[in-house]
Amino acid sequence: MKPTLRTLALMSGLALTALLAGCDMVVMDPSGDVAARQRDLLVISTLLMLLIIVPVMALTVWFAFKYRHNNKQARYEPDWHHSMRLELVIWSAPLLIIICLGAITWLGTHLLDPFRKLDRLDQQRPLTTETRELVVNVVALDWKWLFIYPQQGIATVNEFVVPVDQPVSLRITASSVMNAFYVPELAGMIYAMPGMQTQLHAIMNKELTSEGFSANYSGHGFSGMRFAVRSVSRAEFEKWAASAKQGTESLSRERYLELAKPSMREPVRRFAQVQDRLFDYVLGDCVQSGRMCSHDMAQIDRRGGLGLASIYNVAQGPDGPYLVGQCRLPQSTPLDDVLVPRDRTPLIGAGLSLPRSEVPTPLLAGQ
Amino acid sequence: MTSDATPVATPLFGRLGWDAIPFHEPIVMAALVGTVLAGLVVVGAVARYKLWGYLWREWFTTIDHKRIGIMYMILGLVMLLRGFADAVMMRVQQAIAFGGSEGYLNAHHYDQIFTAHGVIMIFFVAMPLVTGIMNYIVPLQIGARDVSFPFLNNFSFWMTAAGAGLVMFSLFVGEFAQTGWLAYPPLSGIEHSPGVGVDYYIWALQIAGVGTLLSGINLLVTIIKMRAPGMTLMKMPVFVWTALCTNVLIVAAFPVLTAVLALLSLDRYLGTHFFTSGFGGNPMMYVNLIWIWGHPEVYILILPLFGVYSEVTSTFSGKKLFGYSSMVYATIVITVLSYLVWLHHFFTMGSGASVNSFFGITTMIISIPTGAKIFNWLFTMYRGRIRFELPMMWTIAFMLTFVIGGMTGVMLAVPPADFVLHNSLFLVAHFHNVIIGGVLFGLFAAINYWFPKAFGFKLDVFWGKVSFWCWVVGFWVAFTPPYILGLMGVTRRLRYFDDPSLQIWFQISAVGVAIIAAGIGAMLLQFYVSFRRRDQLRDHTGDPWDGRTLEWSTSSPPPAYNFAYTPLVHDSDAWWDMKQRGFQRRKEGFRAILMPRNTGAGVVLAGLSLVFGFAMIWYIWWLAIASFVGVVAYAVFHTFNYDREYHVPMEEVARTEAERTRLMTAQTPGQEPA
Repeated sequence: MKPTLRTLALMSGLALTALLAGCDMVVMDPSGDVAARQRDLLVISTLLMLLIIVPVMALTVWFAFKYRHNNKQARYEPDWHHSMRLELVIWSAPLLIIICLGAITWLGTHLLDPFRKLDRLDQQRPLTTETRELVVNVVALDWKWLFIYPQQGIATVNEFVVPVDQPVSLRITASSVMNAFYVPELAGMIYAMPGMQTQLHAIMNKELTSEGFSANYSGHGFSGMRFAVRSVSRAEFEKWAASAKQGTESLSRERYLELAKPSMREPVRRFAQVQDRLFDYVLGDCVQSGRMCSHDMAQIDRRGGLGLASIYNVAQGPDGPYLVGQCRLPQSTPLDDVLVPRDRTPLIGAGLSLPRSEVPTPLLAGQ
Repeated sequence: MTSDATPVATPLFGRLGWDAIPFHEPIVMAALVGTVLAGLVVVGAVARYKLWGYLWREWFTTIDHKRIGIMYMILGLVMLLRGFADAVMMRVQQAIAFGGSEGYLNAHHYDQIFTAHGVIMIFFVAMPLVTGIMNYIVPLQIGARDVSFPFLNNFSFWMTAAGAGLVMFSLFVGEFAQTGWLAYPPLSGIEHSPGVGVDYYIWALQIAGVGTLLSGINLLVTIIKMRAPGMTLMKMPVFVWTALCTNVLIVAAFPVLTAVLALLSLDRYLGTHFFTSGFGGNPMMYVNLIWIWGHPEVYILILPLFGVYSEVTSTFSGKKLFGYSSMVYATIVITVLSYLVWLHHFFTMGSGASVNSFFGITTMIISIPTGAKIFNWLFTMYRGRIRFELPMMWTIAFMLTFVIGGMTGVMLAVPPADFVLHNSLFLVAHFHNVIIGGVLFGLFAAINYWFPKAFGFKLDVFWGKVSFWCWVVGFWVAFTPPYILGLMGVTRRLRYFDDPSLQIWFQISAVGVAIIAAGIGAMLLQFYVSFRRRDQLRDHTGDPWDGRTLEWSTSSPPPAYNFAYTPLVHDSDAWWDMKQRGFQRRKEGFRAILMPRNTGAGVVLAGLSLVFGFAMIWYIWWLAIASFVGVVAYAVFHTFNYDREYHVPMEEVARTEAERTRLMTAQTPGQEPA
């Protein structure tokens, strides 16, 4: 390499390092345990693959250089085209790496399944019998986020506050189109879809102020569909909830329908009262009274449908046809916010126990 | 804005009115004026030089697979310019829309641009270019005189062109979809996208899809039925193998796309509820179905280029391909596995841990045969004599670029890692890394490699190298920042940003796009300069690279009938084998050759289909009915055309071959031409 080229390379390398040092790679350094474990998997899988990527790239450059046309010293064997030994290596080396990666993927996917309740506060701290979950119901509206806190009896728009070090259980749905709920500091993203409920279990381990947003394009207001995220101490959270409770606005079914109309860049808003089981109405697409809930519809369909009779109760609403019906929500499930320290046996060591030991060995030492 | 207005349809013009033309969008109007002017210049020039008759007789109505291949390539390159213009606009928007500024594009315009960019680049750039290469090369490599269904080939091309035409119309008449390139419902449903955008999307893809499917069937049958004597499956060139697998994928996957778009049309036109949750439909069904097509689609794009890399590496290393059979099996494994991975595009929709890890692991397994292929190319270079001509340079650049894209792909295949990277710019960087670094680099290698075969002269090396370096450097400058931004938690399709620390990365990325633009410019210049210098770059041997497969055994460009004598094949590198054995070209004893005759039916049918699509988009029902009846009637009428073949007379074959003999002797005086 010529000296000028080298200086150029060095300088651009330095500039890149400086730039990288200056930027905040939240995915690589998140504040929640779940996101941190997801990051760990990312790093492990990258390192595993570099085991093979780096030699391949080096070999490419080396072979290209060594066997260049005008290097008459290099051996030339125009008819050499097969070697069983080499074939074995080139198929089995990637295979071995994929076997390792596959095992890690299987375990990691199950342990970090967003539907699965947490089994630790962070790497050092296991759950205690006192640990309770904070339950938050999230609705993606056009184009803002509604957070319902059933335990506190409050709701907010575009503001998501959680106490630090307390597991959070999110139930997520959407009012009209698909969105994805994503707080990079907290945990991975999960889609918010109309008529469907997804879940996310996560925890914030640091106090911070940040932002969450929709990660799936949802129309014209998508870019501004961001919400404030704060994780605060337990006491401060209580204070915040109490102050929200002081407000005058209440989120009734009618108020919700008004709120659900498309709007962009909504300011933060708090509701001191929330209609009982509003989230279930949203999920059943029957906030508007007189609409048949989708669970009722599904139940009728499961029994074979009503045949021709079902066309009599179609009504024309402002946004398309709907079915008239009395809404019967399914029985409400009691708030299940207790976290029991989990029995990890089914996940441990593929059922293998240490020699002369009754206790199975944990493959992924979490606690 | 048409999308906000409730469509009021009149019987005569449907939804079409003067408000459909976006007079209020200065950028679009400038593009419209520019396009109309450029179009007038082209039309004027063609008329001035009295080329209409020539174009119609020799090109538009041709059933010669070579000319159809070239027309596909031209279509793909023209659409590349359109898709790239969209890319430039996005990059500029994202580089400036910071700190309260919303940039220069409003949501209505910007959202169309990123949708159009994706649709155009996949359906109307990558697909035509890949199909074009296969169309041109496959029959030559298997020693055939044309494809199995020559008329169908012409019809397929014009259907693809009609689809592209509809997308171009949408720029100036109405609007394009604002849904992202796969148009997920409910957003693409009539309730949330009442305008014509999604209808343009549906009908452009449906019409082009007919072409793609038919061309898939055509090439599949051609490879199965029309190989030269002696060419058993395991003696086919690797490119033919990859083309075979690709066309199997096309035939199996495209009907799924047709079906899912048909269901979406029913939702939009007839008020059914397949994909709206309101009446018991399910939007996730659409997502599943479209990706059951969508994932094989990416292998449809990349597999033929894997074949190209194999041909190029082997030719320019002067060596037989290492591990031919393992290459073939790797291709087949990829073909089968490509159907078992679609769910990795939506791990984040909550499918549950077992389903997610199944699809994550099957995705990783694909990297094993792909890795084996990379190693095979490596060991083809090993102990070779590598000539760094342009195709080989593109291949080396591919190997170094693609492995990074493969690695980031496997990272995304780990579901928990995907939860933080899905829909991020990391993902965007990944698929550009494999599509540009894999598909596009491969296409450029193929263009530089086979151009002398198609036109009889090589491409200019200097401008080729300028283009090469601009593309490779530009690619990395443009797509390293999105990787980093993805790790900073930035997601795709955003129109403006609040965090000022991100801006520098978008600016670097924009610089990269400028470098790529220089690369595209250099490539156009390369074509122009090569055409000007065609006499210096001329090759009369038909075998400028010391090639190994049958296409190099005939003249450049090949005669309409490809081979005066059907070659006999004894080895997978048939032409190399023939040269080794001291093959003598036969110069007499020619016979008349039966060839298919040109027909304008493809142009007429595709034109009527274009009108049908346009009428459906704008709710002009009488025109839709009329044009549909027209399509069916003309297709039936065409079946009564019995005058479909003609003989190339013996004398003409003899004359053509004698002319070739003369040129070959002239170029290599004193030598017996091979």
